[in-house]
Amino acid sequence: MDEQVKMRRQEAKEEPGDVALAGRLVFLAVAMFGFGFLLVPIYDVFCEITGLGGKTNDVAAIVEESVDQDRTIKLGFVTTVNGYAPWEFVAEVEEMTIHPGGIYEATFLATNLTNRHKIAQAVPSVAPAQAARYFKKLECFCFTAQEFAPGETKRMPVRFIVESDLPDYIDTITLAYTFFDTARATDATPTAMHTAH
Amino acid sequence: MTSAVMDAHHSEEHHGPAKGIRRWLYATNHKDIGTMYLVLSLVMFLTGGAMALVIRSELFQPGLQFIAPNVFNQLTTMHALIMVFGAVMPAFVGLANWMIPMMIGAPDMALPRMNNWSFWILPFAFLMLVATFFMPGGAPAAGWTMYPPLVLQTGDAFPYLIFSVHLLGISSIMGAINIIVTIVNMRAPDMSLLKMPMFVWTWLITAYLLLAVMPVLAGAVTMLLTDQFFGTSFFLAAGGGDPVLFQHIFWFFGHPEVYILILPAFGVISEIIPTFSRKPLFGHDSMVYAASSIAFLSFIVWAHHMFTVGMPLTGQLFFMFSTMLIAVPTGVKLFNWIATMWRGTMTFETPMLFAIAILFLFTIGGFSGIMLAIVPADIQYHDSYFVVAHFHYVLVPGSIFAIMAAVYYWLPKWSGHMYNESLGKLHFWLSAVFVNVTFFPMHFLGLAGMPRRIPDYSTQFADFNSIASVGAIGYGLSQLLFVYVVIQCVRGKGAKATSEVWDNPKGLEWTLPSPAPYHSFEVPPKVSSESAFS
Repeated sequence: MDEQVKMRRQEAKEEPGDVALAGRLVFLAVAMFGFGFLLVPIYDVFCEITGLGGKTNDVAAIVEESVDQDRTIKLGFVTTVNGYAPWEFVAEVEEMTIHPGGIYEATFLATNLTNRHKIAQAVPSVAPAQAARYFKKLECFCFTAQEFAPGETKRMPVRFIVESDLPDYIDTITLAYTFFDTARATDATPTAMHTAH
Repeated sequence: MTSAVMDAHHSEEHHGPAKGIRRWLYATNHKDIGTMYLVLSLVMFLTGGAMALVIRSELFQPGLQFIAPNVFNQLTTMHALIMVFGAVMPAFVGLANWMIPMMIGAPDMALPRMNNWSFWILPFAFLMLVATFFMPGGAPAAGWTMYPPLVLQTGDAFPYLIFSVHLLGISSIMGAINIIVTIVNMRAPDMSLLKMPMFVWTWLITAYLLLAVMPVLAGAVTMLLTDQFFGTSFFLAAGGGDPVLFQHIFWFFGHPEVYILILPAFGVISEIIPTFSRKPLFGHDSMVYAASSIAFLSFIVWAHHMFTVGMPLTGQLFFMFSTMLIAVPTGVKLFNWIATMWRGTMTFETPMLFAIAILFLFTIGGFSGIMLAIVPADIQYHDSYFVVAHFHYVLVPGSIFAIMAAVYYWLPKWSGHMYNESLGKLHFWLSAVFVNVTFFPMHFLGLAGMPRRIPDYSTQFADFNSIASVGAIGYGLSQLLFVYVVIQCVRGKGAKATSEVWDNPKGLEWTLPSPAPYHSFEVPPKVSSESAFS
């Protein structure tokens, strides 16, 4: 009996089956760990194509368009301060009427309500999401972080075009900005923040 | 009984277990490790259950009675983490360790030292997780789904949470690798894949699911960790990240995870129902295909957990229909179990009672799942007590009942003694009644608009909440009876078990004597089509 057991174990040793298979399975696990991180760029591309999340361009776009005077679009502005941080953040006008293809400018006002230096980052989002890819910012205060002296109020412009191939069923667009206090981000990446100014 | 089996039994004297604590610390034997998994799972089940009872006590009446809201949030989070990763998953791994070598005619698991390691990681991971209760800021309180940005507000517990999730993942992955290698390489020569018992089949599929998704969860929590401490912005909107991305990655893990929790339960039922119906399993091969289809579909339905985050209509429709599609293979399995019982000579021992209860109660959870899959309805039900009712119906009278059924079914084989059948039946009836008293009213609460994860609620919800709390206390106390029955059986208080235990059951495990010898099959057994699977 014992000999038989030994023989069987001997065979198992010669045959690399168990270890080789386990190795392949470990490789699968490691690959799936990598796949988890791969989901990040996949998600970004997916959002870019579908407009999911209402993300817009985060560097200045160059667009040549002729103005479509026959079509008007109602554009509304929404402002939010993240986490009840000590900011006052409003749009100068609540809404405007625009034509696709025309260049427009809207102004936002932000006040630092503290007596300390502050850095803020505005993050835009467009609704409906299907309109996001046609909403092109030529210049925006959201492209860089904004530095504020104690109690300072800033007028911050955004210049944009809504492209004329915007789908017909969209007649209202909302542009929302959320204002983030980036104190934490400044600690983490000082160089990035400094080059921004 | 074959002579090979008798020989194996005799050689026990030479290869018996080490004495004392070393037997467990250095354990490489599949039965010892299986036992440790099951005991750990029972301890975690009682720990998580105690948390649930504190939660239900707080919710017995509107208003804040016993605990502060932040402690309540810590308890719901820890209850879920402990029940999912500590109770259900280790219990099924324990059952796999005990039964798979015996069911496929192998002497032991393929990688016994890794087996030891994958178990011994767990107690430390859970010590670390539970220790967070005593840290500044308390235990994690953002829900077991760990959504940012809320989870990033966790206090000192945060890195401990992440690291313990990493350890639990590593343990599961090693367990899964071991199970796959064992099943692929160590089957008795005549046991082709389609001759394998359903419990082995469902575990093979589950192990692949574990391998595919536990690393993704590890990646997601690693990103949380670097967002918190290393200045990345995977999920921080201010830095250009997106918190919704975490939900996608989490549920890419999370949905296959729920099938990891239920597929082995399907396997257990597929062993028990044929034995007590005295008929072979109806449609064995179609069961294999159904389980594989469920596993495949589980990868393409994840966003049904997040219909309310905003999604294009085509996305909502895709995830709605793919989710509903899962009802088809699940239906195949249910109808096959019913067909197995059809005109069978049925008896109703405790494991069979649990198995039949699962058919009824899991189906309730399945149907509420289809209701939740309907996009316009889900927007109403989302994050309400209806969801709580749904997933407790599939997990408690689904997975937990299946684990208990499995213990009653195989305990005589493990211990060599019968358990107390009348106490077992009493335990079943108490559990079956109280589980419904606990969770059924939650459907009504959810439909009436009560949100989940809150310590206080509007007075209109008071009646159903008090009923649910009474049920929870009853269910919790009934489980002490289970502990008593198991201990009495293991201490040898019951009648001696025969090697077959039940009335002519099918499967190789019943060709071994009871209690099963320390090493299962030293020489591969002959597999006849008669004895291969039940």
